[in-house]
Amino acid sequence: MDLPFLYETFLSLVAALPLTLQLASSAIMLGAFLALGLALCRLSGILPLDWFARTYIFAFRGTPLLVQIFLIYYGLGQFREVRQTIFWTVLRDPYWCAVIALMLNTAAYSAEIIRGGLLSVPFGQVEAARACGMSRFMTFRRITLPLAIRQALPGYSNDMISMVKATSLASIITIMEVTGVAAKIISETYRAIEVFIVAGAIYLAINFILTRLVAFAEYRLSPHLRQPAALPAISTGVAR
Amino acid sequence: MTQPTILDLIGTGPNGWGIALAVATVMTILIASAGFVIGAVIGVFGAWAKVAGGPVTRSIAGFYTTVLRGIPDLLVIYLFYFGGSAVVTAIGKLSGAQGFIGFPGFLAGALAVGITSGAQQTEVFRGAFKAVPSGELEAAIACGMSRALRFRRILAPLTLRHAIPGMGNVWQVTLKESALVSVTGVVELLRQSQIGAGSTGLPFDFYIIAAAIYLAISSVSGGLLQFGEKRFTRGVRRG
Repeated sequence: MDLPFLYETFLSLVAALPLTLQLASSAIMLGAFLALGLALCRLSGILPLDWFARTYIFAFRGTPLLVQIFLIYYGLGQFREVRQTIFWTVLRDPYWCAVIALMLNTAAYSAEIIRGGLLSVPFGQVEAARACGMSRFMTFRRITLPLAIRQALPGYSNDMISMVKATSLASIITIMEVTGVAAKIISETYRAIEVFIVAGAIYLAINFILTRLVAFAEYRLSPHLRQPAALPAISTGVAR
Repeated sequence: MTQPTILDLIGTGPNGWGIALAVATVMTILIASAGFVIGAVIGVFGAWAKVAGGPVTRSIAGFYTTVLRGIPDLLVIYLFYFGGSAVVTAIGKLSGAQGFIGFPGFLAGALAVGITSGAQQTEVFRGAFKAVPSGELEAAIACGMSRALRFRRILAPLTLRHAIPGMGNVWQVTLKESALVSVTGVVELLRQSQIGAGSTGLPFDFYIIAAAIYLAISSVSGGLLQFGEKRFTRGVRRG
């Protein structure tokens, strides 16, 4: 093992880490809003909205992310109409194209997870909120959404991890995030294995920390599930 | 010259890329299937190691699944493509060959896709194995079946039944992952679309066509998988 080379590689890759994290976090956060909108469309019971969301989810889950990135980055520039609008300043920039593609992609996957979460909220809870005189919006904000988030969190964390991994595709449209820098070092030095070990360790570390954070959030959001520690028989279902 | 329409592009006329795209589609299916099969073989052994292995094999399998599920697939493809070339060049130097020797992109791609999907299939098979009721295996022992017979007649078919839905998911992921192999220069669907986009100046049309073909492959294979699932679970009572 060539330790100085590994250390040097590590330093150059860590310098690219903020860009990876920025890509992942902006895609996840923007995607979450879009996903919530799509999930609400699916549950709205209004046919056109439902079908729009279904088609969207089908199309984005059925095609490779790289194709979506290419469609947005290279494809949209084909039209003169697009190039003349103000959006072009955004769509010309590979960074924003990557963020948009990642966001649209993750929204399709997490919409179904959020829908599952929303459906899992017991109707009695909603009924109780209505009985307390809460408006529809307040019921959603105070009761349905928090419970749904708690329910959807484990599935959502899988999605967040795949988003962190997916940011690596941004390197193909010239963004120098961790994988981009790794590919550059590999093609300069042809020492694929060493660079792979360092880059892989960085991604593993991000994902490890991410899973810990989600587990912590899950713990904080479910105080009602922590109590039965004193009564193990009930928590394992034996008493029933 | 007038711009060719999408229909011209997918046709076989003078402006048509139909045949090239069809060949590339076959290539995509080949890479994805090769990767999937390699992954299934790895998955069976990985699950075996996790279920029946000692502490050492178990931790090796655990390390493998954790690492391969936590690292971007693109990095794994780079590792195999560039790492493979480095190894082949080193071997070439030993036997007297000069200069750089490239590792075949198809092989690198299929291996890389196979090893990533193997990590997922290990978990699928492990879960499926756990879903087989132990009573079935006890009954087989009571009937006096040997280990091999028990595996062939009872364990393998029952595990497969439980594994089909998970394998279907892995197949869809593998299919989409095969698009990344385009970075190694293998002319599969996405690479062919890039070539077409480059030489006609119509990237949007070509990537939309590629997206539609991927969508078609995944829907058709999804339908086949559902059919298979129905067939293999026809002995299960529902509800």
